[in-house]
Amino acid sequence: MTARMDKRFADLAAEGRPALVTYFMGGDPDYASSLEIMKALPKAGADVIELGMPFSDPMADGPAIQLAGQRALAGGQTLAKTLQMARDFRKDDDATPIVLMGYYNPIYIYGVDRFLDDALEAGIDGLIVVDLPPEMDDELCIPAVAKGINFIRLATPTTDEKRLPAVLKNTSGFVYYVSMNGITGSALPDPSVIGSAVGRIKAHTGLPVCVGFGVKTAEHARAIGASADGVVVGTAIVNQIASSLTADGKASAATVAGVETLVMSLASGVRASRLAAAE
Amino acid sequence: MNQPINLNSFREGPDEDGRFGIFGGRFVAETLMPLILDLQAEWNKAKTDPAFQAELKDLGAHYIGRPSPLYYAERLTQHLGGAKIYFKREELNHTGSHKINNCIGQILLARRMGKTRIIAETGAGQHGVASATVAARFGLPCVVYMGATDVERQAPNVFRMKLLGAEVKPVTAGSGTLKDAMNEALRDWVTNVDDTYYLIGTAAGPHPYPELVRDFQAVIGQEAREQILAAEGRLPDMVIAAVGGGSNAIGIFHPFLDDKDVQIVGVEAGGKGLDGEEHCASLTAGSPGVLHGNRTYLLQDADGQIKEGHSISAGLDYPGIGPEHAWLHDTGRAEYVPIMDDEALEAFQLLTKLEGIIPALEPSHAVAEVIKRAPKMRKDQIIVMNLSGRGDKDIFTVGKILGMEL
Repeated sequence: MTARMDKRFADLAAEGRPALVTYFMGGDPDYASSLEIMKALPKAGADVIELGMPFSDPMADGPAIQLAGQRALAGGQTLAKTLQMARDFRKDDDATPIVLMGYYNPIYIYGVDRFLDDALEAGIDGLIVVDLPPEMDDELCIPAVAKGINFIRLATPTTDEKRLPAVLKNTSGFVYYVSMNGITGSALPDPSVIGSAVGRIKAHTGLPVCVGFGVKTAEHARAIGASADGVVVGTAIVNQIASSLTADGKASAATVAGVETLVMSLASGVRASRLAAAE
Repeated sequence: MNQPINLNSFREGPDEDGRFGIFGGRFVAETLMPLILDLQAEWNKAKTDPAFQAELKDLGAHYIGRPSPLYYAERLTQHLGGAKIYFKREELNHTGSHKINNCIGQILLARRMGKTRIIAETGAGQHGVASATVAARFGLPCVVYMGATDVERQAPNVFRMKLLGAEVKPVTAGSGTLKDAMNEALRDWVTNVDDTYYLIGTAAGPHPYPELVRDFQAVIGQEAREQILAAEGRLPDMVIAAVGGGSNAIGIFHPFLDDKDVQIVGVEAGGKGLDGEEHCASLTAGSPGVLHGNRTYLLQDADGQIKEGHSISAGLDYPGIGPEHAWLHDTGRAEYVPIMDDEALEAFQLLTKLEGIIPALEPSHAVAEVIKRAPKMRKDQIIVMNLSGRGDKDIFTVGKILGMEL
């Protein structure tokens, strides 16, 4: 598996705090602004970057991320350009793990082998592909793992004890626990419920467990981070970008700065969130 | 056309992973996987449960009005001067189309699974009306997702759904048509997994939907096969049906797939022509991809982004097609051809005038193909066409195009 991901989580474990995993949509609202946002993330305190690959029909996402994808596509973003964005980012930062997140069809059309080669070369550390459950592992997961790219799986409240082993089987890098049944950007459930769910997953795997769906503030990040190895923030960042745009949808001076401020705040949340001594 | 491959049977799919060749599968978010596996387990039990089959049959006979007639279209046959034309009259079913066959079957499954809320997506509104109908019949609340564009152009069906007690939710995301309604229904399902049953209207989506929708619709072909044998003492030379997602077509095709001498023709919406962007001919002009839980032929760009379809008929306005059709296309067992908006419109008018049957715009595409083919065939040859829905819902659309005051 790629060294960057494992090293990052090992370092954070040594430091005794959870990771801040930040999602944004590649190419939203345009390539140059989006690359600036990406570069700003680690500087503001993000530990892992999820780089969204826009798709016309994002079935598991809420309106915020769907609109971000539409803005990116309208701005000319393609899978090739998303890979180029990672490549450009890697010129200055060879330590922050990058996870590509999106849907399978653009990858399938790009060609699985060609995609994996290009992703590896661009410095991609992991993939989250929402519409590829374990039953579809032959499509992308197994070829990715064979090439040394982590395949990060989503576990959800519907993933029961019987199903967890199948979900975890070919997972690497970390496990992404989706804290509720629903789409991205919904309300955050009770942190104690999340804590017990994280415990349930950790009984089956030694991989770090990151929790997402509904985290919006530093306080959320602190509360979730008490039990999880990482806190994923997506919709809040995407909304921050959306609110900074000009009336005709262009980036403004506040676009990158707004993301920086939000991520710094979230980063203070995870840094206030010491993991239990048992960890 | 593809070179037909030799198989012992074309009726054995899908395999246990829901695949028809490379098509089909279960490309869904993890949240939905346990539900889909539950549905499959329940479906496997129901298929062989005599009580389930008996209830299905009883509702078919007394609620839907089955069997639907197989009608010899004498005047159209004489007018075209070639093959004898028979219509399978699915437009006479309760609610006016074949959609009810599937809805009755699935609501019985939903009830077996203890689900208490029904959601559905709809394009033309026929499936929405059928879903709202069975939800009313079984006393379950029903939410129908419908693209905002379709809500506007299918106003009579929207009103019907509301009368039946369903909540119609217009979808403005994306282009506001059927694919966006399907995205929104999937989002609802993923949020309300415990109590909600997703009643998919076409033979597409993640396994087991393509299989179970086909099996509920296959009653069309089973009856048609018996009826044509009774009427003519032999099988037809050709079976024709319109294909959007493909449920009425797979319903009539499936029982004939192993009758090697029966030619199978699916008719796609060619819209304003295949040269431009405004059509819905996924098989003739698309390529394989993954959307809405299955691998199938899709209208998409070079980056794998799904394109908007266009058709005069809202029911064919979907950029994909059921995975079994994709497989029948690639194996060469069935042939798929496009029919343009204006051809469908002419066929709509011709059938209305010659036979006194106002067809929906969806099967009007199939009628247009019959008009092309029948004159080239001998008089002793037989075509069976699935007349899948009635055109009452479309008279406003047609009136507008023809510049008639309503």
